[in-house]
Amino acid sequence: MIWRKTVNVVMLALMWLAAAVVLLPLVLILVHLVREGASSINWDFFTKVQSAPGTTGGGMSNAIVGTLVLLLIASGIGLPVGIAAGIYLAENRTARLASAVRFLADVLNGVPSIVTGIFAWQVMVKPVGHFSAWAGGVALATMMIPLAARTTEEMIRTVPNSLREAALALGYSTWRTSLTIVVRTALPGIVTGALVALARVAGETAPLLFTALGNIFFTVDPNKVIAALPLNIYSFAISPYDDWHRLAWAASLVLIVLVLLISIAARYVVRPKFGKAVD
Amino acid sequence: MGGVAVGDRIYRGVTTLAGLAIVALLLYIAVEVFTGGWPVFRKFGLGFLTSSAWDPVHDVYGAAPAIFGTLVSSAIALVIATPLAVGTAVFLSELAPRWLGQPIAFLVDLLAAIPSVVYGLWGIFVLEPMMRDSIAPFLQNTLHLGGLPIFDGVSYGPGMLAAGIILAIMILPYISAVTREVLMAVPRSQREAAFALGATRWEMIRDAVIPGAKSGIVGGIVLGLGRALGETMAVTMVIGNAPTISASLFASGYTMASIIANEFAEAAGLHISALLAIGATLLAVTLVVNVLARWLVARVGVRYT
Amino acid sequence: MTTPEPLAAPAPLPRPPEPAALKAIGTTVRQPAANAGTGEVILDVTGLNAYFGAQHAVRQASIAFREREVTAIIGPSGCGKSTLLRCLNRMHETVPTARVTGRIEFHGQDLYGPGVNPIEVRRHIGMVFQRPTPFPTLNIRDNVAAGFRALPRHRRPARDEIDARVEEALRGAALWDEVKDRLKTGAIALSGGQQQRLCIARALANEPSVILLDEPTASLDPLSTQKIEELVYALRQRFTVIIVTHNMQQAARVSDRTAFMLNGELVEVSPTGKLFTTPSDPRTEAYVTGRFG
Repeated sequence: MIWRKTVNVVMLALMWLAAAVVLLPLVLILVHLVREGASSINWDFFTKVQSAPGTTGGGMSNAIVGTLVLLLIASGIGLPVGIAAGIYLAENRTARLASAVRFLADVLNGVPSIVTGIFAWQVMVKPVGHFSAWAGGVALATMMIPLAARTTEEMIRTVPNSLREAALALGYSTWRTSLTIVVRTALPGIVTGALVALARVAGETAPLLFTALGNIFFTVDPNKVIAALPLNIYSFAISPYDDWHRLAWAASLVLIVLVLLISIAARYVVRPKFGKAVD
Repeated sequence: MGGVAVGDRIYRGVTTLAGLAIVALLLYIAVEVFTGGWPVFRKFGLGFLTSSAWDPVHDVYGAAPAIFGTLVSSAIALVIATPLAVGTAVFLSELAPRWLGQPIAFLVDLLAAIPSVVYGLWGIFVLEPMMRDSIAPFLQNTLHLGGLPIFDGVSYGPGMLAAGIILAIMILPYISAVTREVLMAVPRSQREAAFALGATRWEMIRDAVIPGAKSGIVGGIVLGLGRALGETMAVTMVIGNAPTISASLFASGYTMASIIANEFAEAAGLHISALLAIGATLLAVTLVVNVLARWLVARVGVRYT
Repeated sequence: MTTPEPLAAPAPLPRPPEPAALKAIGTTVRQPAANAGTGEVILDVTGLNAYFGAQHAVRQASIAFREREVTAIIGPSGCGKSTLLRCLNRMHETVPTARVTGRIEFHGQDLYGPGVNPIEVRRHIGMVFQRPTPFPTLNIRDNVAAGFRALPRHRRPARDEIDARVEEALRGAALWDEVKDRLKTGAIALSGGQQQRLCIARALANEPSVILLDEPTASLDPLSTQKIEELVYALRQRFTVIIVTHNMQQAARVSDRTAFMLNGELVEVSPTGKLFTTPSDPRTEAYVTGRFG
């Protein structure tokens, strides 16, 4: 009995320890980010473009705007397709084709981001002969589509079928029932899902390496190469310049704050509530 | 009246098209990547996968170093991450009081929200010096493991072990999240039955909870493996990027993802094709692994996203 | 299997002279409305069959519903009463694998004929469900006006008229006084009984001629149930009402005629008083006296 009790205590202690050890890298990373990055976040960081290699000063305005442009393109393509596909999945729950689409959406979700990147290079860069923000946006959109589709489907499924029936019984057509009653009721959840997808791709680097490529100048032209925060973090981190390392930490901090802000915004969008009308 | 039917048909058509777009996109990716790599598969045949010669200057390509690096770094990641992630999941679902469990679960999820490139930055400036100054000397001198081939040689910081550690941190939240879900799907009655038989808490976990969740936990681990195989940026930044096969975990290497990330921008001709062929191989491997993971998790009846 | 409300111990019943079955369920039957049995036939069902996949839910049902009459459909759970009801406004077909054969005439027109738009059918034949289904994203006023939103723009009434019809519908559903000061607040905040009356108001606003009620009080407390029953009784002044219920007292209290279904078959359709006192089919008698079900 003493042996069993000892084993019990030791094993439980190990599990507490595991949780503590898991949190350790998170703490280490966040501490370093703040310590190395916070001091470099100032007005210049947001307003100036990056400095020439080896010189000091400069900022990341081109990368911040570039990231926003890329996210705009990605959302513009990825969210409508993803959400519409999610509606398809939810409205055709049992259809064999829908099951196949659902499965393939999960598979697409597991495609490594670097593969998405070379795919976008193949179809968007190689044929036209130059890198562009469009290509980067398409690569990110490819990642958003399955994410948005699956969360949209999950959210629509939480809407009770009785609401759909009630609308049909009032003389709503199928499409109007789906769009103005079912999707509308699930909308807060769908928005949450869209924001989560956005947060997920905001930090992606690999799909941009051979598509958006990066740009030391300020631009918003989607036909040109464009800078992005993750790209700058990568190229600055592997550069030999201390001042660029400093900026890489600062950019990481800003990127994380951006990702967290989007995630928190997603949490604050109210979940749908149905009162007692649940079937 | 006709108008209504038309509206329904358009709505149905548009949403179905969007659903089919997912199928088309996946096929398109597979076709583009495979056709891009085709010249190399044709020239080197299956030997491409087993040859360790990677020499862009002489246009000779073999994927073995990259495949080797991918397998080794992912294996290191799994060895480190699995006990920690499963332990954390058990802690969260069986031991932690609610007030403690929820914030910790949130923090573990937060690990998944940190972009890969930030892990890479941290890896270069924090993990690599730690590797060089503490971890390697500890393994070699304190534990006297320097005689083992895997801990042989000098650590300069970057290398296979550093990549494996970073990967472990990155896949932890995925394994832990799936495991937690699976554990929570085990019916309460099973736990109570074990307690009623006089089991200690650990015996209850070992005999009543884990067995029912086993296949799902394995599924979570396989899902983590899928993540590790395809992870790019952080690995590229700490693995050292050299097309070599070395027994030592302190040596530099490549993974399939990192060789693409590192060389694609400067590649031309057959070199590009070789990188695309590696991409195609990576795609095929991750597809198989992910499908396997989904199948395992589905067996215990838990859905996850 | 849902058993009907607790009934007196079954005993061999002499019949027809003594209305023992009625005594057994412990209630009185309302006097039929003055016009009962004399109104025009508004819905005429002949040889109706309904299926879910291979399951035959309604078998060869034939029944006529008259204007301004309340007809109750009773029977044990799974007897097909809700399915029969859902065939009347073509809601049955919204379920995958559902199928209908037979004929239903509405004012002499075949509801399942070619070229008939189910959407129009549902506007003329309104429906209220077992559980209240207010639209959670709409306020009280917009919930009642929801039917107008489904109309094509050129058929949609002006705002003032919609307001007037919302008020009329809410008065018709005996809800106006309770909600007139908070029309712009969310409908979810209402109590269950109020939500159900809101759903009745929402159906009334479409100005249907027939209202189908599918166990409308099954999820409500006794007080809310009583209000709905009074409402149903009042609605017959203007509408044809068909109510599905598994509660025999309710059928007895609110209906002019009652139909009894068993295993998908329409066993008996009689004036309510007769069905509960001197049923002509032994299966009906067995059911209303609680000997099975």
